Amino acid sequence: MSTGTTKLDVVVSDVVPVNELVTRFHFRRRDGALLPTFSGGAHVVVEMRDGERTRLNPYSLMGSPLDTREYTISVRRDDVGRGGSLFMHRRVRPGLEMVISYPVNLFSLDLRAKKHLMLAGGIGITPFMAQTAQLAGEGGNFELHYTCRTASLGTYADVLRERYGRRVRLYHDDRGERIDLDRLLSSQPLGTHLYVCGPAGMIGWVRECAAALGWPPETVHFEHFAAPQPGLPFDVMLAVSGKAIRVGEQQSLLEAIEAAGVDPPYLCRGGVCGQCETNVVSSDGKFIHNDHWLSEDDHRSGCKIMPCVSRFEGKSLVLER
Amino acid sequence: MGITFRKETFRDDFTFRNSPEHIRRFPFPFHEDAYMYAVNIEPHVVGPKGSVLENLIDVDEHYVAEMQDRALVLAEDPLRCQSLPHMTLAGWDLLELLMEQQALGYPEHFTLTRDGDRWRWINRPLGIDDTFTFGDTSTLPYGPMEYITRQSQGDFCILDQRDGNLWMDAGMVTTQADWSLDFDIGMNFFEWHAPVPLAHEKGIFVRALKFLTNIQQGKPARRLNWTMTINPRLDTSPENYHKWGPDRATVTPENVGDKVHLRVELQSFWRLPRSNGIVFPIRCYLIKMDELATQPKWARRLHRVIRDLPDELANYKGLTRYRPALVEWLSKLDDGSATSPGFGPD
Repeated sequence: MSTGTTKLDVVVSDVVPVNELVTRFHFRRRDGALLPTFSGGAHVVVEMRDGERTRLNPYSLMGSPLDTREYTISVRRDDVGRGGSLFMHRRVRPGLEMVISYPVNLFSLDLRAKKHLMLAGGIGITPFMAQTAQLAGEGGNFELHYTCRTASLGTYADVLRERYGRRVRLYHDDRGERIDLDRLLSSQPLGTHLYVCGPAGMIGWVRECAAALGWPPETVHFEHFAAPQPGLPFDVMLAVSGKAIRVGEQQSLLEAIEAAGVDPPYLCRGGVCGQCETNVVSSDGKFIHNDHWLSEDDHRSGCKIMPCVSRFEGKSLVLER
Repeated sequence: MGITFRKETFRDDFTFRNSPEHIRRFPFPFHEDAYMYAVNIEPHVVGPKGSVLENLIDVDEHYVAEMQDRALVLAEDPLRCQSLPHMTLAGWDLLELLMEQQALGYPEHFTLTRDGDRWRWINRPLGIDDTFTFGDTSTLPYGPMEYITRQSQGDFCILDQRDGNLWMDAGMVTTQADWSLDFDIGMNFFEWHAPVPLAHEKGIFVRALKFLTNIQQGKPARRLNWTMTINPRLDTSPENYHKWGPDRATVTPENVGDKVHLRVELQSFWRLPRSNGIVFPIRCYLIKMDELATQPKWARRLHRVIRDLPDELANYKGLTRYRPALVEWLSKLDDGSATSPGFGPD
């Protein structure tokens, strides 16, 4: 029962700088056919071949699901990350042939909602670009609250304002503007669903506030992709395949397992979908769990790890892979 | 060369039969001489020519008669087709899937032409030629799910995915093995499977749900399920139990070969692209014992499976009453010789 996704052979059809941090990439199918239809909130995993090294990063699709001639993603440059965004910004040019996954949606709209209330922070705006396009096409009821550091870093704020007018509300950190969350969440009609995508702190703040105000958990949706963090290199023994591997400073454990020719299933590569969950055979050291999938008990037990985002420091680690 | 569609009935005089070619393509569900539940899910990929897997959505010689039977069921009981308000988008997803697959597999019978959101659908066996606007329900005579499932063999459940579960929020169910959409509508995966014996203890549903919620677009999966039905009746619903339940008391040693049917469901699972729902087509295949017995391997194996079936399963599948007569009839076709591995006839 393999669970990966089908791959799509694409060519980069356009690269558009959006502001000083964000660049947009357009992909079309190499054979000229239409791309698969997708739903708002879906992401694709982009394969980046960088010499010997392959990085696989998830990015939300931000185009309209009604237009499948091309897919678009927006990538925020992260100067201290593991290099995926820098690769996209520096090396990806129109005409480059790349491989991306079929779309996967782990941040789906609840179509029962009478109203969709969306809260975006920074580059967390991207899934809402597709979701608002989908809802607008169907006459859906939505309202978007978007916080950004400055007006010039308000990626697509102008586009959204032009498309949706007063349904979009902007907040600029440098002007001291802040969402009055208590008031906003207290004044929604029954049947409203809440969606939040942004930095971890914002997601936590919104979820806590919603819970305190009595929002049922199943009406609060969040996109919580943790980018794999760099860290000290560590050694791992893969018990099933009998391979000894070293995880580099800028590499995720999952990438190191794949580089050794072992292919665990994966979907999100961000610690939320659960596909790459791996049993620990034995360990002597400290786990650095960064996922949102395993329970706290699982984290404490030291019996499981999510290799897409989590790391290890210590003497020895043996995994059931 | 197209399919020759049979004129036949699934009620009253029960004239349903399989042609010799259709007997050989029957999806016999037992790969060994015993049966127990398993999460027997595999990728739904195209199989050998001449099998029911030759196309991912199978159309066969019973197509026209099955669609006529469905129309009769719906005329008597419109609640066999239901779609909760948030499922219309998923209905359009299903319409696209079934039109594309039927036109791809059977171009002599079905044609789909798309010009943006202006679509033309020609269904020659049923004499339909409709032009409509994709996404605009007012341009079709029914809602999108009902429209296309009145033209597609098998039952269809559309499952909404949310809160880590699957919810039975729409469906067209007229060829079912004793379950009711009207009863299950709105239930989640564990609620609607609650009556199944033994499988909960084995943790099968927890694993199955985990698998299904991770089904990816472009990668459908499938499994086979089976039961038995007296007379070739497609609509064995709880609503109509008074019509078919008593049939089980009519089985005698003399009429087993004609009355008792193996009923196999080819269930497949597809991610729907716009709604992010899952569609679960349940395609029913029937074969009477006389037809099945034309393949000696199948008769020998079925004898051993039915004879050794745990009582709970026999009861759940409704075989208890006529099992002795059936086992006795099948035993005469079982000389004790070995059966070859795999599903197919020898």
